[in-house]
Amino acid sequence: MKAILAGAAAIIVIGVGSYLILSEMGFSAKETYAGDSVRLD
Amino acid sequence: MLRLISTLALLFALALPSVAQQAELATTPDRSATGGAQTLDDVMARQRGEAVDDEFRREATGDPDSAAGTMDQLGTLGGASDPELWRALRFGTADVTVSTADKRGRVLVQDGGMWWLKIRQGPLIKYGLWLLAGTFIALALFYLLRGKIRVEGGLSGRTVERFKFMERMAHWTLAGSFILLSITGILGLIGRKFLAPTFGLEANATLLMVSKFIHNNVSWAFMVALIAVFVMWVLHNLPSRTDLVWIAQAGGIVGSKHPPAKKFNFGQKIIFWSVIILGASVSLSGLSLLFPYEITLFAKTFGLFNDWGVTALVGLEPLPTQMSPQEEMQYSQLWHAIVGFVMMAIIFGHIYIGTVGMEGAYDAMGTGEVDEAWAEQHHSIWLEEVQAKQVLSKSRASTPAE
Repeated sequence: MKAILAGAAAIIVIGVGSYLILSEMGFSAKETYAGDSVRLD
Repeated sequence: MLRLISTLALLFALALPSVAQQAELATTPDRSATGGAQTLDDVMARQRGEAVDDEFRREATGDPDSAAGTMDQLGTLGGASDPELWRALRFGTADVTVSTADKRGRVLVQDGGMWWLKIRQGPLIKYGLWLLAGTFIALALFYLLRGKIRVEGGLSGRTVERFKFMERMAHWTLAGSFILLSITGILGLIGRKFLAPTFGLEANATLLMVSKFIHNNVSWAFMVALIAVFVMWVLHNLPSRTDLVWIAQAGGIVGSKHPPAKKFNFGQKIIFWSVIILGASVSLSGLSLLFPYEITLFAKTFGLFNDWGVTALVGLEPLPTQMSPQEEMQYSQLWHAIVGFVMMAIIFGHIYIGTVGMEGAYDAMGTGEVDEAWAEQHHSIWLEEVQAKQVLSKSRASTPAE
């Protein structure tokens, strides 16, 4: 059971980490392919 | 190599609808009444969703060489009428000049999007879900016929360590991320067609937004765990002579014999290499989708297949080697889904044998400790190696240092 929980924790940690890193890099399609003159929201 | 295997399977998958389409287009309709242009029958057939061969009008994009002078009637159109110009744009033969250097900007009408959309919403969902349902039914039938594989003579009560904590953690990271990716991937595929009509567009949009967020971010855990599992277990999964005995006895499925095996038997090796190869392939196409237009996989691979004569060997026309950036993404999406479905079906089998299918199997990944009787029955050579090591370490510990 500990290994399953550790695996779940790893998924969350890696997922959140990659989200933060990629967001910092301007990864989203909105940031990559749209400019100020495009209204997406 | 990975690309080649990927493309070969994709070729077969894509060949089926095209063969069916060719059979439907065997007869050419009479278009003499319209001077060769499309007829009302063509329009009506298209509206009924039938396949209409557009070869007869694909090249009808005007003739600039015989254009009227610019001062003459219609001369400013340069020898092509408006419909002919739009036709050229649609079939990708128009000479488009745009200010951006980005290749995507030159695609004004993406005609290739239609076949992709049809396959995505039709055969891909249909055969993908049938594959999963068929696998599930086959496993259920197998369980009814064969029942749970018991440990002969019962459990011994003595255990031996099968997998260390790090191995189990990597396994569960891979397993957990794969389950999340599978569920969110299927939702993304079927949402528009099945969920939106039932739950409404708003609910579907919200669900898919969350699904996509999970899918994109959990994918990294899958890739990290895949690499970890590969590094930890690759040496144990190399082919060995004992695999031949396992194959000869069909892994013990047929009859009552239990073939000897090392840490992983041949069946587990198949699962391992399937997960590694398909996992790497689905990761590659996934990265292509995560970073759109940055990673292109298919035009080059198709070119290799054409050059090596693989496409001719399976009776297909040469595959397209010139494709728009959008088409590259479409192939990536199709391939990603096809590999995903195949992996899910394989993992169904893996989950079955690791839980309800075999007594004592779950403990290997649960606690990491397996019963010696189970190990003797399914991994006898491995058990002997482990016990020999235990004896050796005990004798070393009991021998006083000189």
